Amino acid sequence: MSTELPEPASKIELKPGVGGGGEIPQFNITLRVRRYLPETTADAYWEDFELTMYGTDRVLDALHKVKWDHDGSLSFRRSCAHGVCGSDAMRINGRNRLACKTLLKDLDHSKPITVEAIKGLPLEKDLIVDMEPFFQSYREIMPFLINKGHEPSAERYQSAEDHAKFEDTTKCILCAACTSSCPVFWTDGQYFGPAAIVNAHRFIFDSRDDAGDMRLEILNDKEGVWRCRTTFNCTEACPRGIQVTQAIAEVKQAILARSI
Amino acid sequence: MQVHKYDVVIVGAGGAGMRAAIESGQRARTAVLTKLYPTRSHTGAAQGGMCAALANVEEDNWEWHTFDTVKGGDYLVDQDAAEVMAKEAIDAVLDLEKMGLPFNRTPEGKIDQRRFGGHTRDHGKAAVRRACYAADRTGHMILQTLYQNCVKHNVEFYNEFYVLDMLMVEEDAFREDGTAYKQKRVAGVVSYDLATGELHVFQAKSVIFATGGAGKVFKTTSNAHTLTGDGMGIAFRKGIPLEDMEFVQFHPTGLAGLGILLSEAARGEGAILRNSEGERFMERYAPTIKDLAPRDIVARSMANEVREGRGCGPNKDYVLLDLTHLEPAHIDAKLPDITEFARTYLGVEPYTDPVPVFPTAHYVMGGIPTNIDAEVLQDNDTVIPGLFAAGEVACVSVHGSNRLGTNSLLDINVFGKRAGISAAKYALGAEYVELPEDPEKFTTDQIDAMINSTGTERVAVLRKELQDIMDANVQVFRDKDSLDRALVVIEELRERYKNVAVQDKGKRFNLDLLEAIELGFLLDMAEVMTAAAMYRKESRGGHYREDFPNRDDENFMKHSMSYRDATATTEGISGIRMETKPVIFTRYQPMERKY
Repeated sequence: MSTELPEPASKIELKPGVGGGGEIPQFNITLRVRRYLPETTADAYWEDFELTMYGTDRVLDALHKVKWDHDGSLSFRRSCAHGVCGSDAMRINGRNRLACKTLLKDLDHSKPITVEAIKGLPLEKDLIVDMEPFFQSYREIMPFLINKGHEPSAERYQSAEDHAKFEDTTKCILCAACTSSCPVFWTDGQYFGPAAIVNAHRFIFDSRDDAGDMRLEILNDKEGVWRCRTTFNCTEACPRGIQVTQAIAEVKQAILARSI
Repeated sequence: MQVHKYDVVIVGAGGAGMRAAIESGQRARTAVLTKLYPTRSHTGAAQGGMCAALANVEEDNWEWHTFDTVKGGDYLVDQDAAEVMAKEAIDAVLDLEKMGLPFNRTPEGKIDQRRFGGHTRDHGKAAVRRACYAADRTGHMILQTLYQNCVKHNVEFYNEFYVLDMLMVEEDAFREDGTAYKQKRVAGVVSYDLATGELHVFQAKSVIFATGGAGKVFKTTSNAHTLTGDGMGIAFRKGIPLEDMEFVQFHPTGLAGLGILLSEAARGEGAILRNSEGERFMERYAPTIKDLAPRDIVARSMANEVREGRGCGPNKDYVLLDLTHLEPAHIDAKLPDITEFARTYLGVEPYTDPVPVFPTAHYVMGGIPTNIDAEVLQDNDTVIPGLFAAGEVACVSVHGSNRLGTNSLLDINVFGKRAGISAAKYALGAEYVELPEDPEKFTTDQIDAMINSTGTERVAVLRKELQDIMDANVQVFRDKDSLDRALVVIEELRERYKNVAVQDKGKRFNLDLLEAIELGFLLDMAEVMTAAAMYRKESRGGHYREDFPNRDDENFMKHSMSYRDATATTEGISGIRMETKPVIFTRYQPMERKY
């Protein structure tokens, strides 16, 4: 429950320079984009764009600058532009990131910033991949609450401790940054991948759900959780800070505990 | 071109569309068309909560919630609709919990509730804990939970299908008093498959529009790039009126310069606003509930502080959201995402430093007029059979001239559900309306003209000019001169838009074309918003006219209804006809709005 707070002061002394501000620094970058335009060119290729950008700009702003000022054919998905919709996962300098959450000022400007589509899913155009195989894996783990017995008249109760057991994995935005960073997924497209396991975890450890065993059975499959080689790429890639590898480990432990 | 036939077609897969789909999909053959993958919808960006008078943590009831909604909307709310929403809020929250939504819990394990702007105990006596929440990602959890339940119920999605046109016919009909009129009927929609560039016609007995808002009319906005007023634009072009379009909500706490939303939940959890003097200035503007006053009042107060020279930063153009008196553990537990936004995008640590904020275009209160069953109206009271709308695209009107925080997540759940049930029910008893000849012709011509254009104008240039002029002239403060300035530029941009060209000539994922089409909708919406703002010569809720600073119930206690009409002129703007619609009162008479 929200706690009662003392009334804050009507007036305080502000520290000088509070709120940051000042001139926003400006810098030049080379954005090196992996292009793929199947209607005009058979093969993918790298294209460089020289851009002047600002200290508050993200990689998404650089991509927009290219699309809006230079080449309208550059294609990429995006929507919310602040890291909650999961549209713009891509490989930035070889690591999976959301373009809208990666500030240019945090990247090395002395060499080109490379941007390419996420790996392991069929490439459609430029930075756009076919997400269907990814969502197929998600659907297979039955990503919805399943209850047996009578529906309660009001809410089901859940203790804060029980809620905490799966809260981390509820943060997933299905951007595929984790799954498409996984070397097992690259070589074996049948592997469920971390995102599907994260979403299974979200229900397996929800005290209100009654289908944990069914999900554990699905993930005990040969393409399931045991393919994970604990490389931690997924955890490193997750833009939501989900402890993906830990969630996978908890699912593994649950399968083992169950088979005993 | 492919033709599909469904009982119900839902356009849009945000909260309202998916809530409708869960109902409709279990009753009738339903397809959901969405220009994004469903989980990308902007419902997911909502943060703070969803109000319902559960009374889980303190005394509360739905009548208080109704009153707050009516007063929050400065009495322009249709009170029958507000009553429906506040009453059904309780089941709407319980529905979500049963679907699996992981709400934060009280120590007893019940759904926890917190304070939010304008939500009060006993008609304004004090702030009340009414907002049910999941940390500061309530919208994310609603979107995910609804998508999960769509998967559970095998809802058919057409992902990245962009609806560009609605197929509509008009029939001669007679009213009860014998007067003749043209009855509109919906036959389906035309959709563009982004992956292939092919057109698909969807014939349907019922069509639900749930396409969201139009925040990208403005430069500084919390809205996604994709919120370009498509659904409102399509309806408007078909002669359906748009209601109360002058009312746009500017959310007080957007990250300064960026517009990214910092939830009102921050203030609900105890954060306060300060000016350059370090003053908690809301004490002056809303002495009783201070920082938890409704958004229109807080946004205007902030803008006023800046205007009077008490803004912060090198350009004195923002104020500060101060969380520094809160415990870091409390912040981490209740507001983890928004504090991360401050760190990521502004490099400010909210534990120790106040965060620069300024109002950001957030929500369109107006939209396609509907009744409480989500049926779309072609005038003040004539229903278009089989056509429904819900969520931000619609105007029921439960938000009046200013929406209370959390009432949009509530709106999509209550009226999304109602739309789904109504649409399925109608479809099961109705016949298809025959498709017009060449149903896709309008859309094909539009796309061909765009692709083959040899014009010299660029989409991004026109869009930026539009957004700049709207920010400068149709934002928190407006007057005749500023609106005139905006209109001149909008007209000029509409002319230049005819000369716009796209560079991408391909068929696969031609998002260049998509942006060009979206710009057309933005221009239409900007013009309607500005025209309606010009028409309303009073100040009410989110619409503040400096040349008419008072509320004028005698002349303007009524909804505005903007129609596209080539023969008409409103306030010197040709092509728009302005009419009005009475506000529905049940139990609350207008009072002066003080907090």
